[in-house]
Amino acid sequence: MIKKLFAAVLLVFMAVMFYQLYSNITEKSELSGVARGYAERGASELGTQNIVTSIVVTYRGLDTLGEVSVLFIAATGVAVLLRRRKEDEEYAAPSKRQSSEILQTGTKLLTPIIVMFGVYIFINGHLSPGGGFQGGAVIASAVLLLFLSDVNYKINHGLFNIIESFSGAFYVLIGILGLLLFGANNFLDNRILPLGEFGMLLSAGAIPVIYSLVGLKVGTELASIIDNMKKD
Amino acid sequence: MELQHGIIILMGIAMILSAILAMVVKDLISSVIAVGVVSLFASIIYLLLQAPDVAMTEAAIGAGLSTLIFLYALHKTKDAEEEND
Repeated sequence: MIKKLFAAVLLVFMAVMFYQLYSNITEKSELSGVARGYAERGASELGTQNIVTSIVVTYRGLDTLGEVSVLFIAATGVAVLLRRRKEDEEYAAPSKRQSSEILQTGTKLLTPIIVMFGVYIFINGHLSPGGGFQGGAVIASAVLLLFLSDVNYKINHGLFNIIESFSGAFYVLIGILGLLLFGANNFLDNRILPLGEFGMLLSAGAIPVIYSLVGLKVGTELASIIDNMKKD
Repeated sequence: MELQHGIIILMGIAMILSAILAMVVKDLISSVIAVGVVSLFASIIYLLLQAPDVAMTEAAIGAGLSTLIFLYALHKTKDAEEEND
């Protein structure tokens, strides 16, 4: 009874709060403050066509590094908690049901295309919507499809760990390179490489490099989370 | 413009309905799928509200990966329950 009363009071409170927020909304006709600065300076200063990317990778690059670290810690935590022990693997797994013919054939057809699409998303991060995180998630979903279609599929852990560690280390190194070349306040500056022609694939300085590293790191991390979650 | 507003409101209602469904329904697998549907509608709304970057993240992680991870987790816990019985 008290529980229900509490829930009702909470609902009313939230309704009042959201109504307050909603009633105070006035549509803005122009940008203000820091948003305006990003929108005006982003394209000319960093050479990115997608302003969201210039904010995520360069202006707020430290936050992105933090996000990548959080994901890394989450993946490590899952690995520590759910790691398969050696003796578990020695037991012959009970006969698992094979997946259907349609799924197997579809996977063979789709996996290369999905991986290619993921790579496309993170390489074109500075030109079109998307970037490292999205591309990495798409690549991980291709790995997921492989797991679903073949019950005995195993990923190459050594290779995945090497890719993950190297991309993480190079990401930080690129950030420090900005510090060394341009002085303080320039951690993760993308102008360590030439900006190039606006709108081309190889432009916007180090942003395609950084986003490719982030994409590889996120993709391998999510894939190993799925691998650890997979029931064996 | 008016049509787009209508679509967004419909999507929002569908989101709320599937969120309620996720809480009410007894079968846990259906509940997980309902949560995935919430994410899917959210990603379409993000796209209509001119935020394609967020929409991609929501579709790939919210609707795709996290749903499957929930399903795997459900499978694991179910097995543990059977062993304890």
